[in-house]
Amino acid sequence: MSDLSLSNVVFMRGAQRVLDGVTVRFVAGRLTAVIGPNGAGKSTLLSVAAGLSKCDQGCVHLGDIPLAGIARRRLAQRRAYLPQNPRADWPISVERLVALGLTPTLPAFGRLPPGFQSKVDAALVAHDLIALRDRPAMALSGGELARAMLARATVGDPEILIVDEPTSGLDPRHGIDAVRHLRRDADAGRTVVMAIHDLGLALRVADDVVALRNGRVLAAGPAEAMFTGVLLGRLFDVPMRVVRDADGATVRFLD
Amino acid sequence: MKASALLGALSIALLAGVVASLLVGQVWLRPGQVWGALLAPRPSLARLIVLDIRLPRAVLGVLIGGILGLSGAVLQGLLRNPLAEPGLLGVSSGASLGAVIAIYYGVATSAPLAAPLFGLVGGLITAGMALLLARGGGTLALILSGVAVSAMAAAGVSLALNLAPNPYAAYEITTWLMGSLADRSWDHVRLAAPFILLGGVLLCMTARDLAALSIGEAQAASLGIDVRRTRLLALFGTAVGVGAATAVAGAIGFVGLIAPHIVRPFVGHDPARTLLPATIAGAAIVTFADVATRLVRVGPEIKLGVFISLVGAPFFLWLVLHLRRTAP
Repeated sequence: MSDLSLSNVVFMRGAQRVLDGVTVRFVAGRLTAVIGPNGAGKSTLLSVAAGLSKCDQGCVHLGDIPLAGIARRRLAQRRAYLPQNPRADWPISVERLVALGLTPTLPAFGRLPPGFQSKVDAALVAHDLIALRDRPAMALSGGELARAMLARATVGDPEILIVDEPTSGLDPRHGIDAVRHLRRDADAGRTVVMAIHDLGLALRVADDVVALRNGRVLAAGPAEAMFTGVLLGRLFDVPMRVVRDADGATVRFLD
Repeated sequence: MKASALLGALSIALLAGVVASLLVGQVWLRPGQVWGALLAPRPSLARLIVLDIRLPRAVLGVLIGGILGLSGAVLQGLLRNPLAEPGLLGVSSGASLGAVIAIYYGVATSAPLAAPLFGLVGGLITAGMALLLARGGGTLALILSGVAVSAMAAAGVSLALNLAPNPYAAYEITTWLMGSLADRSWDHVRLAAPFILLGGVLLCMTARDLAALSIGEAQAASLGIDVRRTRLLALFGTAVGVGAATAVAGAIGFVGLIAPHIVRPFVGHDPARTLLPATIAGAAIVTFADVATRLVRVGPEIKLGVFISLVGAPFFLWLVLHLRRTAP
């Protein structure tokens, strides 16, 4: 169980500073929502945190170890990452797709390691995919595909789970279902980071919030302190109010 | 198991094709004659035909068809594009250009292996250029630079035809471009086999990466796959293997495109699992097509590349229509 921390990270795309001195800490066992307007650098932040993009300055640590010092395969075993709108390019079966999550644990040649199939089965059960296991991944609905991809990401039991917009394109029920799974992963001790646009869903499940704007951290902290009308209004340039009642909290736009 | 049944069926088909290619030709041999020729050490016409003419031809057919099918399967998996094929990266046209230069300058008449040697070098140069142009870019950059390099090599071939000093040279170039296994000897096998086998090994090393790539480059990278290494292996494997194949047999299209499509539905569309069956399917296609060119006699011999295109293009069209009906 390890925290994932970025210190003073700068990421350049051409002359543009996509991330401009970002320092954040993603704490183990907590679900962190990264929020901010389009183009704030959320996806880049997640990609850098996952070790998939090399930053120009600053560094990322997993526990005490610099991310760059961890071997590619070892890192892949400890950290799972889902990009925005993940999809399959061939009609492979759902079961095969989920099993791809175990790629970093496979030996270079030879037979599957013991426990391979039982891990896949467990992930299929946990994400309610048993009935769909032989379905081609390209024939799934958006909600089913999101479940399958989440199962793919968690089948290898990673310490760190980084998910870029897990709810984009999902209806309310499937959106709630997706974040609930992430909540469960955090409760199981994983360090879960998600970029998310749906503030209502983020309010439901997030422990911590990182507000990103123009490549800088505008504010970061526990969710209760972060979800205020003032802060959200400043972040998105839309007057907002957070209403808390017996059913939970909602975000109202006062525009 | 569907996949192992497919492997069995393909292997039997390939074996039948190889046997047929030993029996069929200007002189028809009975299986007993072939067997006798192979076992008996004393020289005979049958032994000469089998060992020096048909066996090298059959071996080349298997090697060339195999590497074409394998490379097609790897490139389709790498580029995640069902229309990818070895010719896309400029390897085939580069090899053609190399061989055409050898023929054009008359090197080929003085040294019989000059055309394949020049072809091999040409294939490696074009693939290297494609890779250099695409370095730093992604999959699309690789496809586009391959197309560009391929077009330049094709222009060079056209120029050679245009400037050909006499009609005979132009004719020779044209027939070479059509692709054939006729009159190939053990020398050709010795030249091409090491490169084809090396290319095959490099291509096979991408199998696991290709499986992970079926969910996109970002996810594959997050699973610990070094996508740049995969790309290098696939491109060099294709350049070495298909370059050598084109160098000895001329341009043979469609095999690399079709072989993976035939086997894909039987292996659950998993790109890693298509490699072996696509290799055998490619070998069987070229072997049978080579036998067919010896059977179909309408005037001069129909060239192998022409025959495969004639049969392959409609088959591919049918495949596309069929896939559109069945696949999502």
